Amino acid sequence: MKMMRVHELTTPLTPEAISALRAGDKVLLSGIVYSARDAAHKRLLEMIRRGELLPFDLAGQVIYYLSPSPAKPGAVIGSAGPTSSYRLDPYTPALLDLGLKGMIGKGARSREVIDAIVKNRAVYFMAVGGAAVKMAQSVVSARVIAFPDLEAEAILELKIDKMPLFVAVDASGNDIFQI
Amino acid sequence: MNEIDASRIVSAVKTLCMEANYQVDPIVRERLRIALDQEDSPIAREILEMILENHVLAQEKQMPVCQDCGVAVVFVELGQDVHIVGGDFYEAIQEGVRRGYSDGYLRKSIVADPVFGRKNTRDNTPALIYTDIVPGDSIQITVVPKGGGAENMSEIKMLKPADGIEGVKNFIVDRVKRSGGNPCPPVIVGVGVGGDFEQCALMAKKALMRPLNEPNPVPEWAEVERDLLAHINELGIGPMGTGGKTTALAVQIIQKPCHMASLPVAVNIQCHAHRHWSVRIG
Repeated sequence: MKMMRVHELTTPLTPEAISALRAGDKVLLSGIVYSARDAAHKRLLEMIRRGELLPFDLAGQVIYYLSPSPAKPGAVIGSAGPTSSYRLDPYTPALLDLGLKGMIGKGARSREVIDAIVKNRAVYFMAVGGAAVKMAQSVVSARVIAFPDLEAEAILELKIDKMPLFVAVDASGNDIFQI
Repeated sequence: MNEIDASRIVSAVKTLCMEANYQVDPIVRERLRIALDQEDSPIAREILEMILENHVLAQEKQMPVCQDCGVAVVFVELGQDVHIVGGDFYEAIQEGVRRGYSDGYLRKSIVADPVFGRKNTRDNTPALIYTDIVPGDSIQITVVPKGGGAENMSEIKMLKPADGIEGVKNFIVDRVKRSGGNPCPPVIVGVGVGGDFEQCALMAKKALMRPLNEPNPVPEWAEVERDLLAHINELGIGPMGTGGKTTALAVQIIQKPCHMASLPVAVNIQCHAHRHWSVRIG
């Protein structure tokens, strides 16, 4: 049986760290990541079109396609697994062009997104869908930083510690979903 | 005649929403363990281990197995000798969903208008309620939290009768193939064959509710189910789409009479977080 390479990384992601990643590697990711899914992406792109300042600086950052369940009293977050990434494909190349370096989601990406990942030397991580309590265990803190009116889809700033992920698309365009 | 107070329905549905979200079907767990034994790919194995560990964590912490706590699909078998008193039957179910999703710390995922505004209704209502009148003096209620990721990979097609069983099989296998890793495989494939347009889609969803260890009662269709499961697992999509031997845990078909001009086929995909919980009142 083939051994899996494991990397421990902290955000923001450096070009060197990204270059070392290969599709199929395991990553334990720490640092700050930002949650955003359909409605938040739509707003981010509208803000970019209008030339407005975004709620967080994209440079070197990672977006987690996440909308968690509510935190129970005393907990920092509820269940926190990924949503399907393909729905965010129309928005992703523009964010990568502005410096975003990583996305966490599940499922395959479009050709356009993979091309934008290669062009910008970025990375797409896969989290295990439906392993949402497991994923929540690596979330240290969470706070809403933008779009509270979007309810479950508001943007959260998450501090994470060794979140278990897999490299799905690396900076050379290798794609784990191409069987 | 059996009088049942609407307040009993409210509290039953509330509990069902919570229980259904905190645990998966035990047969899914059994089949995932078998899948783990069979997988050679290190990623597929890690994914399956994580999913199995997650079930245990969710139970321990009484947290939803998946953050997508779904739309609440509610199947009701209402005994014809039941008389509901003290409130509106459907409103009692909606109120139970409201309370279950709020008190259970479940995610509210319903938006009021599908296109304009897409504003969250904040209590996960409306639930989708399907009622059958049956003999008896009790009510059986089943809550199925149905997540968006797998539901989005579902499809219905009106085939020609000439397409026959090969056409039916090709459509089902192709639907799973095109879904890839999106619906969180290993999936359960619910299929409706026959009926008309809307009944066929509902059959596909109801097929998911048949116990996973019970084959189709009609031998020809039981064979089609076995055949399809083998074909789908030969696709190699694997857990979460990263390649592997197990893409589906079960194929479940409901077949019904249809118009002589028609051959409707519907595929309703269910993720590995296959959640449903039932209770009988009365």
